[in-house]
Amino acid sequence: MIDIKDIIKPENLVFKKSKVLTDMEMHYCPGCSHGVVHNLIAEVIEDMDIQNSVIGVAPVGCSVLAYNYLHIDWHEAAHGRAPAVATAVKRLMPDKFVFTYQGDGDLAAIGTAETIHACNRGEDITIVFINNGIYGMTGGQMAPTTIEGMVASTCPAGRDLKRDGYPIKITEILATLPGTCYVTRQAVHTPGSVRKTKIALRKAFENQIAKKGTSIVEVVSTCNSGWRMTPVKANNWMVENMFPVYPLGDIKDE
Amino acid sequence: MRELKLMKGNEAIAEAAVRYGVDGYFGYPITPQSEVMETLMLMKPWETTGMVVLQAESEVASINMLYGGAGSGKRVMTSSSSPGVSLMQEGISYIAGAELPCVIVNVVRGGPGLGTIQPSQSDYFQAVKGGGHGDYKLIVLAPASVQEMADFIGLAFELAFKYRNPAMILSDGVIGQMMEKVEFDEYRKRWTEEELIKNNPWAATGKTPDRERNVITSLHLQAVDQEKLNHKLQAKYREIEKSEVRYETYMCDDAEYLIVAFGSSARISKKSVELARTKGIKVGLLRPITLFPFPYREIDAYSEQIKGILTVEMNAGQMVEDVRLAVSGKVKVEHFGRMGGMVSSPDEVEEALEQKIIGG
Amino acid sequence: MKEEIIIAGFGGQGVLSMGKILAYSGVMQDMEVSWMPSYGPEMRGGTANVTVILSDESISSPILHEFDTAIILNQQSLDKFESMVRPGGLLIYDGNGITHHPTRKDISIYRVDATVEAARMKSAKTFNMIILGAYLKLHDLVKMENVLKGLKKSLPERHHHLIPLNEKAITRGGEIVKKI
Repeated sequence: MIDIKDIIKPENLVFKKSKVLTDMEMHYCPGCSHGVVHNLIAEVIEDMDIQNSVIGVAPVGCSVLAYNYLHIDWHEAAHGRAPAVATAVKRLMPDKFVFTYQGDGDLAAIGTAETIHACNRGEDITIVFINNGIYGMTGGQMAPTTIEGMVASTCPAGRDLKRDGYPIKITEILATLPGTCYVTRQAVHTPGSVRKTKIALRKAFENQIAKKGTSIVEVVSTCNSGWRMTPVKANNWMVENMFPVYPLGDIKDE
Repeated sequence: MRELKLMKGNEAIAEAAVRYGVDGYFGYPITPQSEVMETLMLMKPWETTGMVVLQAESEVASINMLYGGAGSGKRVMTSSSSPGVSLMQEGISYIAGAELPCVIVNVVRGGPGLGTIQPSQSDYFQAVKGGGHGDYKLIVLAPASVQEMADFIGLAFELAFKYRNPAMILSDGVIGQMMEKVEFDEYRKRWTEEELIKNNPWAATGKTPDRERNVITSLHLQAVDQEKLNHKLQAKYREIEKSEVRYETYMCDDAEYLIVAFGSSARISKKSVELARTKGIKVGLLRPITLFPFPYREIDAYSEQIKGILTVEMNAGQMVEDVRLAVSGKVKVEHFGRMGGMVSSPDEVEEALEQKIIGG
Repeated sequence: MKEEIIIAGFGGQGVLSMGKILAYSGVMQDMEVSWMPSYGPEMRGGTANVTVILSDESISSPILHEFDTAIILNQQSLDKFESMVRPGGLLIYDGNGITHHPTRKDISIYRVDATVEAARMKSAKTFNMIILGAYLKLHDLVKMENVLKGLKKSLPERHHHLIPLNEKAITRGGEIVKKI
C-alpha cells in the first residue's frame, strides 16, 4: 500500500497554486474561462515578482468578484469605468503595475468611451478583455460581441444584424489607435493556447516597465452556462463559430 | 505670509488646489467653470508640485478617475457645472459607498436640461439630498466669496479625509466668474508615499507583506453586509451633523426677521439687509456655510426671537424645505428666488421681505 | 467710501479689461474690490458688461441694479443702463454710433469721443484707456500711480511696453471729456 504522504513530497510536485491566488473558492461555473485567466495573471505577477506593486481594477460582470481571488490590492470599478479608474491610479502612481480585467459588455458596450480614450492616451496599463459573447452574470443577455445568429436571452432567435447591429471587433478598433503598443487575441481552450495566453499577459505587463503605451490581451472565452452547453461542447462551438469572427493572434506589436 | 491676488473664483480654485498639495485634478470643460482646468494647465503644477492635471473624455470618466485616485489615497478633485455633475452622479454614489475622500466642485448653472450658462442654485437638492442612488450624503460647502472658494479647497479635503467621504463645493456662476481679492496660503508639499500610507492605511497602494490586501469596493452581495455598511455610513453622517455645522450670522442679535441664504444669494441678501435696516426694519442674515450638515438647530434657535424667515435662493425653493424643517412650524417661512440663470437684485429681495414676510 | 460702477459696451471694446484695471487699481490702494462680468455667448461680439465695486469696507452684493457710475460704450447699453444710475450719479459715454443721447436731468452726463480719439492716436487698443482716463478725471477715486500699478498687474508682461501709450491715452481721455 502506498501512503498518500509518500506521494506529497517536493520532488514529486509538478504543479502548484500560485501564491498570488487566494484560498477562496471561485464562484465561476465549471468550464468557465475566467478561472484559467485569473490563474495566468496570478502566475505572471508571481513570476515577475510584482505582487507588492500591482493594482487590479475589476469590472462589473461575472468577474466583478475577481478581487476575491487574487492576493493583491484592487479597485472594484463601476460598470465600464475600469479604464478611467486605472488611468488615475497609473498617473498618480506611475511606478505601479496597473491592469483592468473586463468583460465584453463592460469594455465594448457601456465602457466603450473609457476604453477607447484610455487607449488613445496611451495609458501605460494592461487591459485584459474576456470576450465570451454574452452577459454571463445577469443571465445570458446579448453582448456587443454576440455573433450573428447566436442565441441569447435578449435575442432568443439569434442575433439579427438588422435589428441588433454587428458584433463589434473592438480589439481591432483599439489596434488602430497610436496609443496602444500591443494588441493580441488569445484563447484558453487547449494547453497550448493557455501557454500562449500566459506569454501574451507577461508581455502586456512588461510593456508597463518600458512605458510603451496600452497593452490589450483579448481572451476569446466560453460561457457554457450562458451558452447552455457542456464545457467540451462550448469549447468546440467557440472554435467553430467564434474564431472565424474573432481570429486568434497578434493584431499589433510595436 | 499670505499672498494677495485679484482673481476669479474659478481661478482661485485652481491656485488653491496647487498650493494645498492636491495630487490630481481630472475634469471635462463646461461653462461656467472651464477656467479651473485652464488655469491649472497654465500653472503647470506637474513641473512644481508634481500634481497631475488631466482632461478626461467626459464627466463620467473624470469622476471615475477620482474613484481610482481617491482609492489610491491621493488628494484628487474635479470641477464641473450642473449637467456635468448630473453625469457624475453614478460615480459619486460609488465613491460614497466605497467611503473614499475626494472633492467635487459644482459651479452651478441654470437648469433643467442643458439649461443656461448663467448662475443658479438649483442643484441644492442634488447636492444635499443624495443626487445619485442609495442612502448617502456628501459634505457640502457653499462658498460666498472668492476667498472662500480658495479656503474651502483645504477645508473640503480635510473633512473628506477625516470622514472618508466625498465633499462637494457647491458654488455658482457668480462666485466662479467674479473677481475679488483673495489671500493664499503658502505652498504645501504633497504627501510622500510613506505619509500617504501612514495616513491612509486603507488605500490600494500595492499589497505589501505586512498587511492584508486592500480592496476598494462598494459591492456587498449579501444584504446583511450591505445593511451593516449602511449603518456605518449613517453613524458617520450623524457624527458629521454633530461636529461640522458651519454658518455665519449678520445683524441677527436684535433681528425680528431673518433671511436665510447661502452662496452668492447670501451676498445679495446682505445688501438687502443693509437696505432694510436703513428703513428701520430689523432683519438679520443667517448664511449656512455647510449645507450638509445643515444648521437646523442654529436656525431653530431664532424661532422665539423672530417673526418670520425669508429664504433667498436662485431656484424655485429648495433650501426653504430644510429651513421649514428646522423651525417645524413655529415661524412662518417663505421663499424668494429667481430661476433659470436670473439673479435677484438686493432691492428685489428687500421688497420680497416686506411683501412676503412683514406684510404677508 | 464706496463706488459702484457698471461698464457696458460691445464685446471686444475692452469692457472687461477696463474693469479689471480699475479693480486692480483699487487693490493697489488697499480697497476692497469686486469685478462681476456678464459672461457667456454674449461676450462673443454681442454686448458685454462688468460691474466693478470699489469700497473701503467689505462688499456685500457683487450684483447690482443701481449704480453710482455708468460707463457706456454703445447704444444698447445706454438704453439699458441710463435708468439704473442713482440720482446724483455719473454717466459717461462714447458718442460714437449713439443716435439717442442720454436725457436724464438728475445725473451728471459726460461725453468722451474715445473712438475718434483712438483713431487719431492710431491705436484702436487705446480706446478703453481713453474712457478710463475720462472717468478718472471726473472721479479721483484712485490715484494715478495706483492705476499704473494696476495696469502693470493686469497686463501680461509681454505687453508691458504698451504701458506708456496707455498712460498717454488715460491723460488724453481726461483732456477731451466734456460735460453735456
